[in-house]
Amino acid sequence: MAYRIEIALRAGIRDARGERVKREIEHFLHLSVEDVRSIDVYTVDAELAPDELEKAAAGPFCDPVIQTYAIDRPSAREFDFLVEVGFRPGVTDNVGRTAREAVEYITGRPFQPGEGVYTSVQYLFTGRLARPDVERIATELLCNTLIQRFQVFDHAAFSGVPAYVPKVTGETRAQVREIDLDCSDEELVQISRDGVLALTLAEMKIIQAHFRDPKVIAGRKQLGLEDRPTDVELEALAQTWSEHCKHKIFAGTVHYEDEHGDEDEHGNRQEIHSLFKSFIQRTTKEVRQKLGKNDFCLSVFKDNAGVIRFNDDWSLVFKVETHNSPSALDPYGGALTGIVGVNRDPFGTGKGARLVFNTDVFCFASPFYAKPLPKRLLHPRRIYEGVVEGVEHGGNKSGIPTVNGSLVFDERFAGKPLVFCGTAGIMPAEINGEPSYVKYINPGDLIVMTGGRIGKDGIHGATFSSEELSESSPVSAVQIGDPITQRRMTDFLLRARDRGLYNFITDNGAGGLSSSIGEMSQECGGCRLDLSRAPLKYPGLDPWEILISEAQERMSLAVPPAKIDEFMALAKRMGVEATVLGEFTDTGYFHILYGERSVAYLPVEFMHEGLPPMELPAKWIPPRHPEPVVGAKQDYTADLLALLSSLNICSKESVVRRYDHEVQGGSVVKPFTGVANDGPSDAAVVRPILDSFEGVVVAHGICPRYSDIDTYHMTANAIDEALRNYVAVGGSLGLVAGLDNFCWCDPVLSEKTPDGPYKMAQLVRSNQALYDVCLAYSIPLISGKDSMKNDFYDGTTKISIPPTLLFSVIGKIEDLRKAVTMDVKRSGDIVYLLGDTGNELGGSEYFALKGAVGNRVPVVDPATAYNRYQAYHCAVMSGLVASCHDLSDGGLAVAAAESAFAGGFGIRLDLALLSWKGDMADKNDVALLFSESASRLLVTVHIDKQKEFEEAMGSTSFAAIGVVTEEPLVTITGLDGSMVIKAGVAELKDAWQETLREL
Amino acid sequence: MTRKTRAIVITGNGTNCETEAAHACRLGGFDETVIAHISDLLAGDVRLDDFHFLNLTGGFLDGDDLGSAKAQANRFQYAKVDELSEHLLDQLLRFINVGKLILGVCNGFQLMVKMGLLPGFDGNYLRQEATLTFNDCGRFQDRWVYLKVDPASPAVFTKGIKRGIYLPIRHGEGKFVTMTEATLARIEQGNLAVFKYSTPGYAAPTMEFPLNPNGSVNAIAGICNESGRLMGLMPHPEAFTHYTNHPRWTRESLPEEGDGLVLFRNAAMYARNNLL
Repeated sequence: MAYRIEIALRAGIRDARGERVKREIEHFLHLSVEDVRSIDVYTVDAELAPDELEKAAAGPFCDPVIQTYAIDRPSAREFDFLVEVGFRPGVTDNVGRTAREAVEYITGRPFQPGEGVYTSVQYLFTGRLARPDVERIATELLCNTLIQRFQVFDHAAFSGVPAYVPKVTGETRAQVREIDLDCSDEELVQISRDGVLALTLAEMKIIQAHFRDPKVIAGRKQLGLEDRPTDVELEALAQTWSEHCKHKIFAGTVHYEDEHGDEDEHGNRQEIHSLFKSFIQRTTKEVRQKLGKNDFCLSVFKDNAGVIRFNDDWSLVFKVETHNSPSALDPYGGALTGIVGVNRDPFGTGKGARLVFNTDVFCFASPFYAKPLPKRLLHPRRIYEGVVEGVEHGGNKSGIPTVNGSLVFDERFAGKPLVFCGTAGIMPAEINGEPSYVKYINPGDLIVMTGGRIGKDGIHGATFSSEELSESSPVSAVQIGDPITQRRMTDFLLRARDRGLYNFITDNGAGGLSSSIGEMSQECGGCRLDLSRAPLKYPGLDPWEILISEAQERMSLAVPPAKIDEFMALAKRMGVEATVLGEFTDTGYFHILYGERSVAYLPVEFMHEGLPPMELPAKWIPPRHPEPVVGAKQDYTADLLALLSSLNICSKESVVRRYDHEVQGGSVVKPFTGVANDGPSDAAVVRPILDSFEGVVVAHGICPRYSDIDTYHMTANAIDEALRNYVAVGGSLGLVAGLDNFCWCDPVLSEKTPDGPYKMAQLVRSNQALYDVCLAYSIPLISGKDSMKNDFYDGTTKISIPPTLLFSVIGKIEDLRKAVTMDVKRSGDIVYLLGDTGNELGGSEYFALKGAVGNRVPVVDPATAYNRYQAYHCAVMSGLVASCHDLSDGGLAVAAAESAFAGGFGIRLDLALLSWKGDMADKNDVALLFSESASRLLVTVHIDKQKEFEEAMGSTSFAAIGVVTEEPLVTITGLDGSMVIKAGVAELKDAWQETLREL
Repeated sequence: MTRKTRAIVITGNGTNCETEAAHACRLGGFDETVIAHISDLLAGDVRLDDFHFLNLTGGFLDGDDLGSAKAQANRFQYAKVDELSEHLLDQLLRFINVGKLILGVCNGFQLMVKMGLLPGFDGNYLRQEATLTFNDCGRFQDRWVYLKVDPASPAVFTKGIKRGIYLPIRHGEGKFVTMTEATLARIEQGNLAVFKYSTPGYAAPTMEFPLNPNGSVNAIAGICNESGRLMGLMPHPEAFTHYTNHPRWTRESLPEEGDGLVLFRNAAMYARNNLL
C-alpha cells in the first residue's frame, strides 16, 4: 500500500526553490511566469499503521515552524499548472533512503523487502502558460529525463496526483548467455558494438583465439562451461581491457616523427614503447635517483593513489580523477559521483587514509554561450550549475574541505566538460607495526564488499567513457553519489583499519567488482567469488550486471578468516552493510560463480597481460597561426579591465564560497585572502595535524590554450604554473610531488578521427615536456590518470576538446606560520618582478581577447626558474617577503591589479625597469604588460628588508619595478615614459568581480 | 567518577567537525575529551552521564536530506540504547536536568532547535519553537562574519567577551525564524539572542548581505536557553582556535589564540567550578 505525504510551506514563508525555478524559466526559456511554488512529496510504500504514518509526516518529514503536511490528499491549490518530478525506477534516491530510516526508527521495525520511500517534487505555476510551455519547462529545466520522470496537470483537471511507486520490478532469473565467437570479423565487431563493449576487432580476435585453445576448452569442461564465452566473461574482459581501465593508449607502441621526420637520417623518428613507461615512470625513477636519501616517495603508480612521506609519523596520499562523460549527461549526478568517487581512491590506498582536502578544476564552455548546440548536448550553463552543485554537495556533505581549484573556459568544452576532482588523505606512517602504504592478500582471505548495494546504475561506465559521447550514450551509465552512505562506511573502515581487521582494501570504481576483485586477484593469484551472495538494491540483475555494476559507495576488502567475525560485528554496529562474497585463491583463475554454477573462469594472466600493445602512428606538424599585428596604443586601461572581466581571469568567488574550505579546522591559506577576504590565492596551505605547524601545500597548473600552438609548451607551462603557485605561498622544493591528469581528444587514427596522428603527436610532445620539466624541477610523478576520448560526435558535428593537462602538486611547508599570501600589505613596500619577460603573447588571454592565437608561446627555462624558486623560498623562510603573486593569465598587468585590490592599496610600476629576454626589437608595452612568460613572481618587500631580500635572490634575474602606494590607484608607466595604465583599484576589482557575480 | 572535566563530541552519520571540536575542547582546558560515534552511545558503551560538556558539532547529519538535522532529531527521539532500558533521549534529558553544558554548532544548532532544546522555554526541551531554514541568498556560503555578543545574556560560554567575536559560517540553512512573534520577543527580552550578525567592529546588528549571510530575523546567529547552559550558534567557534585560521592573519597582528576558543575555555571553567 502506497501513501503520499505532501509537505508544503506555510503561507508567508519564502520558497527559495520556487524563486530559483522562476528565475531560470525567465533566463533560459524566455517565458514569463507570475509565481512558482514547490511541494515535497514522500511516497511511502510500506505497511504502516495510521498513527505511524502520522508520526512520520508530523515528525521527521515536516518542520512545523515553516511547513504543513497532508497525508493522501493534495495540498496544491491556486495554480494554473502543476508538474511533479520524481526519479525513474532504480535511480539512487538519497532523501528517500533517509526517510525510510526515519520511519524505521519510529516503528522500531525494519522495512520488508520491496518496501521503500520515494521522493518527488511538485512545482505549481501561475501565469499565462500553455501546456506546451509547461512541458518545455519540465523537460528543459526541471527534469533530466535520463534519470527523472514527470507528470503535468492543469488546474481544471486536477484532483490530486495518484500515488506512483518507481520500484524496479523484475525477477531474478540469473540468466547467463553464451556468445558464439565462431563468426566473421564483421560479426565480431557487431557483437562488441551492440554490447557497448568498446572492444576493437583485434581485441575480439584475441578473445576468439583464447576460447579456441584446446587447453582452455578442456579446463572449462571440468567446470561445466562451454567453449563459448559467457556474457560474464566477455563483460569482464571488456571492462578489464577498456581504455578507461587499461590505458591502452599510454601503454601502446607509438611511431612518432616530428616535422623533420621524413627529411633524412637526422630527422627525428622514434618508436616509443609505452608513453607511460618511457616518460611518466621514467621521470619518477630518475627523480628518485637524483633525490637519493632525500627520496620521499613511498608508493607510486601501483595503488589507487600515490603516497609520499609527510614526516616521521605521517604519510600523505593524493589522487586526482576526472568524471567527464557522466557529467556531460547528468551534470549534478556525474559531478557528485566524481567527487565522492575520487574520495575512495586515497581512502583505499595502502591500508586506508583519512581524507583531508579536495581540489576541483572544471573546464566548461561559456555559461553565456549563445549559439546553437547539437542535440543531446546540454547548455554549458546547465552543465556549469549542475557540476558546481554536485561537487558542492559531494564535498561539503563528506566533511572534506575544498581548498584549491580553477574554472577554465573554452568553447570546445561544450563538446565535453572536464570535471577534475582531487582528494588528499593522511595516514599514520605505521599501522599496527607495519608501513601503512603496504598491503597484501593471502590465499584464503575472504572477499568482503562493504557499503552500498548493487543496482543497474553505472553499468558500462568504464566502456562507455572509452568512447565518444553521442546521442545514444547509455542511460545506465549515469549514477548519483550518496555521500552519507560513504561517510558511514569510511567511519567504520578507519576503525577496522586501526584494529587490523583487514589485509587489503581497494575501491569499487569503474568496472565495479570485476575491476576491484580482478585487480586484487593479481595480488595473490586468483579468486573464487559467488555473485549470488552480493546484496542487490532490487531483484532482476543478471550475473554479468552484478559483476560490472558501478553502483557507488562500495569498497572491496581482503579479510583474514580469523578476523571476519569481529569485522562483521563492527560493521553491523556502525550501520554498514558488509558481505562475504568468496575467497582469494592462488589457482591462477578469476573464477566467478552464481550459486553452485560457474559463470566465468578466466586465467588472471590472460585478463591482465593478454593484450598486445596498440600500434599508434603520430606525426607532428607544427601549426602556423596568423601572427596578429599589435599596434601600439597610448592607453591600455580598457584592455586591462576587459581582461579582468574575461571568464578565465575573473573572480570565481560566487562558486568558491559555496564550497566549505575550512572544515577540519586546518585552513591556513584560504582560496580568498586580502583586506576584504576576496583576493585570489595562488595555492592552499592546510594544517592536517592540528597540534603541529607543519603544513601541506597544494597547487595546480592548467593552460589548454597553449595546446593550439604546441602541447610541449602547454605541458611545460602547466607544470611551471603549478610549481610557481606552490612556491609562491611558501611550499618547499625539497618535498614536492606531482600528479598528471591528461584529458585528450581521441588520438587513435580511424575513420572518425582522420587527424589521429596529429593528436597522438600532441600527446607524445606533452609527455616529452613532462619528463624534461619534472626532472629539472625534481618533481616525482606519484599518480595520475588519463581520459582519452573527450569528443562529441553525432555523425555530422564533431567537437574535440583542446588537449589538456592538469598538473597538480602536493608538498610541504616546514612552518606554516611563514606562509605568504598574494595581497600587498602596506604602502611604501617595494615591488619586485622575479624572472624575465619576453614577447610571448602566443596563446595568451590578451590575444584571445583580440580574437587571435599567435605563435610565440611562453617557453619555460626550468633550470633558471628552479634557481629563482630556491632563492625565493629562502627569502620566504627568512621572513623577508610581504606578498607574492604568480603571473599567469593576463601577465603582469593582471597580477599587479589583483595584488593591489586584494591588499587595498595602489601600485605604481615602470615598464622600463623590467628584465627582458629575447630580441630587444620585440620589446614593447603590450608584451611587457600582458605577455605570459613563465616562471615569474610579483613580490612586495618592506623597505627595511630590501637589502636582505636582494641578497637572498642573489644572482637570479629580478628587478625592482615599482612601489605600493597609499593612493588606491594602479598606474603603469610605459617605455616612452608616459602612463599606459591608470585605474582605481575599486574599478579594477569591480571589473574582475562582475562577470560571474550572479551565477 | 574522578575529578576530571570531561567533554564529549558525538559523531557519525555525517557529523564532520568532530576533530577540530575535540581539539578546541582540549585547548580550552578539558581534562579529557572523547569523540564518540553515535553507535557507541546506542550500544551503551559510552554514556552521556560520564561527561560534563556535550558538543553537537557541525556537519551534514544524514545529508540534511529531510531538512537539516531532522533525521538526527528523529533518531534522538526514538532510538533505544542497547542493553539499557532507556532511550538516548532519556540520557540527554538527564544530562540537561543535572545542569550540564551543551554547545550546538551549525548542524548541532539546527539539531538543538529542531528537537526543541533551544530555546527550551520553561524547561520544555521537546517543543520546537523556532527553526533554521534556507539562506535568503539561496546558496551554501562559507564566509567570515562579525558576531556582536550580548553581554547581558545568561550564556556561560560567552563570559568575558566584551564586544564580539569573528568566526566563519559554512551553511546553506542558517536563517533563524521563530514560530511566532511572541517567541522572538521572549528570546529578545530574556537576552537569549547571544550572537547577532553585525557590522565590522561589532557596532550594530545588520540585515545586510553578506554581513548577515542568511537573512536571520533580528540578525540572530545563536541563542541560549534561560539557564545559559545550553547554547547553539551557526558560526563555527572550533574553526578559529589559532591565529592562522583567520583569513587575514598574514596582514594583521593577532593574538596567538583565535576568537572561538573562549567558548570552550568558559565551558571548561564552568565545568570545573560547578560540575565536579
